[in-house]
Amino acid sequence: MCDRDAALRDVTSLRDAAARDTPLGRLDPRAKILAVMGFIGVVVSFDRYAVTALLPLALFPLGLAAAGNIPLGVILRKVLIASPFALLVGLFNPWFDTQSVALAGGLHIGAGWLSLASIVVRFVLTVSAALLLVAGTGIVSLCHGLRALGVPQAFIQQLLLLQRYTQVLAGEAARMQLAHALRGGALRGLPLAQWACLLGHLLLRALQRAQRIHHAMLSRGFHGVLPVAKCYCWDSYDSFFLLGCSAFLILVRMVNLPQALGAALLRVAA
Amino acid sequence: MHMADALLSPAVGATFWAASAVTLVAASRRLQSDQREDLIPLMGVLAAFVFAAQMINFTIPGTGSSGHIGGGLLLSILLGPRAAFIAMASVLTVQALFFADGGLLALGANMFNMGLCTCFVAYPLIYRPLMRHAGDTPSRRRVAWITTLATVLGLQLGALGVVVQTQLSGISSLPLGGFLLLMQPIHLAIGLVEGVATAALIVFVRDARPDLFARDALPGRATSPARVPARWLAGFAALAVVMGGVMSWFASSHPDGLEWSIARVTGRSLVEQPAWPAVDAGTSVAGIVGGAATFALVLLVGLVIRRCQRLKLHVRP
Repeated sequence: MCDRDAALRDVTSLRDAAARDTPLGRLDPRAKILAVMGFIGVVVSFDRYAVTALLPLALFPLGLAAAGNIPLGVILRKVLIASPFALLVGLFNPWFDTQSVALAGGLHIGAGWLSLASIVVRFVLTVSAALLLVAGTGIVSLCHGLRALGVPQAFIQQLLLLQRYTQVLAGEAARMQLAHALRGGALRGLPLAQWACLLGHLLLRALQRAQRIHHAMLSRGFHGVLPVAKCYCWDSYDSFFLLGCSAFLILVRMVNLPQALGAALLRVAA
Repeated sequence: MHMADALLSPAVGATFWAASAVTLVAASRRLQSDQREDLIPLMGVLAAFVFAAQMINFTIPGTGSSGHIGGGLLLSILLGPRAAFIAMASVLTVQALFFADGGLLALGANMFNMGLCTCFVAYPLIYRPLMRHAGDTPSRRRVAWITTLATVLGLQLGALGVVVQTQLSGISSLPLGGFLLLMQPIHLAIGLVEGVATAALIVFVRDARPDLFARDALPGRATSPARVPARWLAGFAALAVVMGGVMSWFASSHPDGLEWSIARVTGRSLVEQPAWPAVDAGTSVAGIVGGAATFALVLLVGLVIRRCQRLKLHVRP
């Protein structure tokens, strides 16, 4: 959380990726939301010690990145700097789960290490899928998709306004902090009294801004519902995409593909 | 303390999603039926303020580290619990989508821990009664300690939520006692820091704009007291915990308490214990060879995609 400014810059790069015209971007947002939710459901449904069986699932985010022409570097960087809470908790597994599992060739490994590896793989898969969903759809389309899926109107409006004003207020906060630093204040970590004064003023300005926005909305005929500029219609491509994703996910869930591949490779070698 | 997809089982994730979704729908309906259109831009801008405020840190005296506000209680004070819950839910959604904090399945659990616990428990059950008791013009000191107390307790509940969800999911091997001893004191410290910061902010704004804090001045605070939602939301919370517990019995690889005690009493297991691990973890020769081959394939696909993207970038200009 300390590097919010860098993170906000990455938000811009995700938004740029979403603005491009790509095969992924042309899909109905509902299809993408359902596919990603299904994917995450399948990832977390595996046994806690599953590691290799999860690997083929990486083809799903890779496929999304390819179809959306989304730079893998940005996604990977964001996954790496993401909140490490899951990994911190996972790091305790090798200590507490010390049962030994026989590996091939007479080697043994602690079960905790397997479950830690599983947590790492799950973390990378689920986080990258969520990032790719927004990078391949754009927050505005995503909101319209969510609305079409029955998410309450008030929450959608809130998301749309939040993504718009986060940039505005973050910019204002950054300028205030810079101005304070230029007058001899600390650039990072203000004393609490100064911090409260600075943010208090930002909060007062935010309240005034909200009032101005409301007046502007009213003068443009706002009556409780934000209008949708673009119309989305579900066509055969969307059905095809969703069917393909479902078939892939069911296949990976039902069949241990790496196991089958390994058996086939061994048979060829023998 | 964002809960993560990687630590959640599907049953627990879905249960907390259901609890948060029901709360979200109920809060949205209530907001719409109250016809509070003026709240919509205010909620958006104040949620954005929480983001912006998290960019600016303050130093914690004597430690050399720094902290920032959480936002749940601040939003509840300024917007009322329902609008604050929707605003917090949107903040958590943006964090999950753009900042990779948590995840989409864990979003329900995060809304529960950081939204519901603060907006529907700490605010109506701690902050409001104490402030009402303090009268119309409470002293700064009193406002500060009430705000700090409510923040600390809200965060403690949220941390407890994380522990419960992690334990019910069974992906982590941390024992319950150890995890509690790890999480609660850390979040007590974080809560105190966040609480003092929130209190400083509230005291500042109260001094600058006392009119905002006059009874029923801000929209949302004028609506009926949160006694009724608090009651049925507490019911939902209990339901979620019970359902999560019941569902996780089916998912757990360990014998449940009943089976365990029966085994202790009779000296033999009632149910046939599967040899550990119950599911092939892929440790056989074929599993390892296949896993390595799959990993190599995935890596190759990734490299090809990257290569193609670079080529496209070169061709385009």
